[in-house]
Amino acid sequence: MYVSPIREPLIKGNKTYSQITKDIAAPIEGKPGKAWYMGLTISLSAMFFGLAMMGYTVWEGIGTWGLNRTIGWGWGITNFVWWVGIGHAGTFISAILLLFRQKWRTSINRSAEAMTIFAVMCAGLFPLIHMGRPLLAFFVFPYPNTRDLWVNFNSPLLWDVFAISTYLLVSLLFWYMGLIPDIGTMRDRVTSKAKKTIYGLLSFGWTGSVKHWQRHEKLSLILAGLAAPLVLSVHSIVSSDFATAIIPGWHTTIFPPYFVAGAIFSGFAMVLTLLVVTRKVLNLENYITLAHIESMNKIIIATGSIVGIAYLTELFIAWYSGVEYEQYAFLNRATGPYWWAYAIMMTCNVISPQLLWFRKLRRNLLFTFILSIFINIGMWFERFVIIVTSLHRDYLPSSWSMYKPTIVEVGIFIGTLGLFFSCFLLFIRYFPVIAIAEVKTVVKSSGAKEPKN
Amino acid sequence: MRRYISAYFTDEENLLRASKILMEKEISILDILTPFPVHGLDKILGLKDSKLPTVGFIAGAIGTIFAFGFQTWAFVVDYPLFIGGKPHFSIPSFIPITFEVTVLFAAVAMVFAFLFRSKLGLGAKNKIHDERITDDRFVIIIEANENDDHFNNVKTILEQEEAHEIQLKEHK
Repeated sequence: MYVSPIREPLIKGNKTYSQITKDIAAPIEGKPGKAWYMGLTISLSAMFFGLAMMGYTVWEGIGTWGLNRTIGWGWGITNFVWWVGIGHAGTFISAILLLFRQKWRTSINRSAEAMTIFAVMCAGLFPLIHMGRPLLAFFVFPYPNTRDLWVNFNSPLLWDVFAISTYLLVSLLFWYMGLIPDIGTMRDRVTSKAKKTIYGLLSFGWTGSVKHWQRHEKLSLILAGLAAPLVLSVHSIVSSDFATAIIPGWHTTIFPPYFVAGAIFSGFAMVLTLLVVTRKVLNLENYITLAHIESMNKIIIATGSIVGIAYLTELFIAWYSGVEYEQYAFLNRATGPYWWAYAIMMTCNVISPQLLWFRKLRRNLLFTFILSIFINIGMWFERFVIIVTSLHRDYLPSSWSMYKPTIVEVGIFIGTLGLFFSCFLLFIRYFPVIAIAEVKTVVKSSGAKEPKN
Repeated sequence: MRRYISAYFTDEENLLRASKILMEKEISILDILTPFPVHGLDKILGLKDSKLPTVGFIAGAIGTIFAFGFQTWAFVVDYPLFIGGKPHFSIPSFIPITFEVTVLFAAVAMVFAFLFRSKLGLGAKNKIHDERITDDRFVIIIEANENDDHFNNVKTILEQEEAHEIQLKEHK
């Protein structure tokens, strides 16, 4: 088979099939290190702090937050949009890159998809708490009720209910179907009886029969085909929450594509943050190679540039529209009392990813890690800027106001971070972080093996 | 007593060649078990294309009709309510939910069809032939009969194609 001399191998170290199984199963079979226990302790404490703050919110009411009558959406919705956005990278990697036959996806799709599910779970919590009475959350579903009313199908907030629930469920199915063969591998490897039973149950009785594989591949392909437009629709619908309102700064047609690009941008940043550490700690450097990091960095620069262009387009259109309110909204963003949030957003999202044009920096792990955190912060501030600065000064100057979060809101955000990282740490401990079967299919393909010389 | 031959391979190229020759000689292959999907194997064995896409399409179409029909019925027939002066029957604003429900129905139906047809699921008791299959062994399972010539014949073919291990087992 022809081996390109330029293309780097997808999997390093000339691995045999059995070595691949062994390497990827190793973190599950071995004992976790101190770092894992420390990480889990910190994450769980953060999660319980967040839970306490959520309990306090539900008990006392939404008045415990820093919101007021002018600014009704603060950290809660900012976090919601941020978390949903982070989820998008997982589906992008597993669905869109599968349709494009990008083989490098096989090393990272499993963990990115897991991240999607955890991020969407965190995201879903915010609208739930924001309702004030989460026990009545089922009101958002169209069921026959004694009030004789239907939900408002014309509202993007209701579209969100459908989009997020569908997204969570389809991602979960997609992820779990991909996991079945690898759980089968774990079932056949573990020795203790209890573990064998549990993995045996979870593997759904996988045998590796040729007919099963044929169906499995078809299923993955069609699910990818469904998930690809789904992921684009989810953030488009989230952006419609804003774009269909008449608030200056929200009421723009550019929102759907701009939000989708931003979502993939922030999602890849989170994937990098997690994987740069995971590959090191779990000794998976031969599977998640520098070439993978570089490819992800290339996607970061592409989507980051789209986001940058969107910011500039917004500014241009605000000026060009000739609408006074629109012009003021953007002037206020850049120079008003929240100028610092705008400055952080611009620096982190527009300027810093441009450094990735240098190959040396794209392949530098420390730089990638720091940059990914910058982008995570920048994308959080993007949502903060859109939500808070647009709301705090609208048409009626007498109701202009300022917004500052309370410890309760901050605590809930920290709590979701805790939930996210706890889930991720448990996932890398009990499930194969890399799709074992899928990686085995690419070791022999072109560019996958190291050149002989 | 019914018996079967299981032949172990360590490389998918050998497995492909061996199964091709076996098919040409009309030796009945019961199943092939592999650690990952080996492309081209379904063609060699003459397996029919999976009908999962059809299942997905039909379920998706049901989802489309159900979601769009339900929204229309609720807003036009059951409880026409003026919301911001918008028309009752507003096609564009019904599209997002229609799309989401289509995807949901198609995905869920396909996954269940896959599990049902493959007899996989929580508590499924499928026979695990060998624990190495999910690691690095490719296994062809061939129907054997009482005739020793048949076994020797198959064995020669398999050995030519570098089968790693050949075993004669009895059905339980």
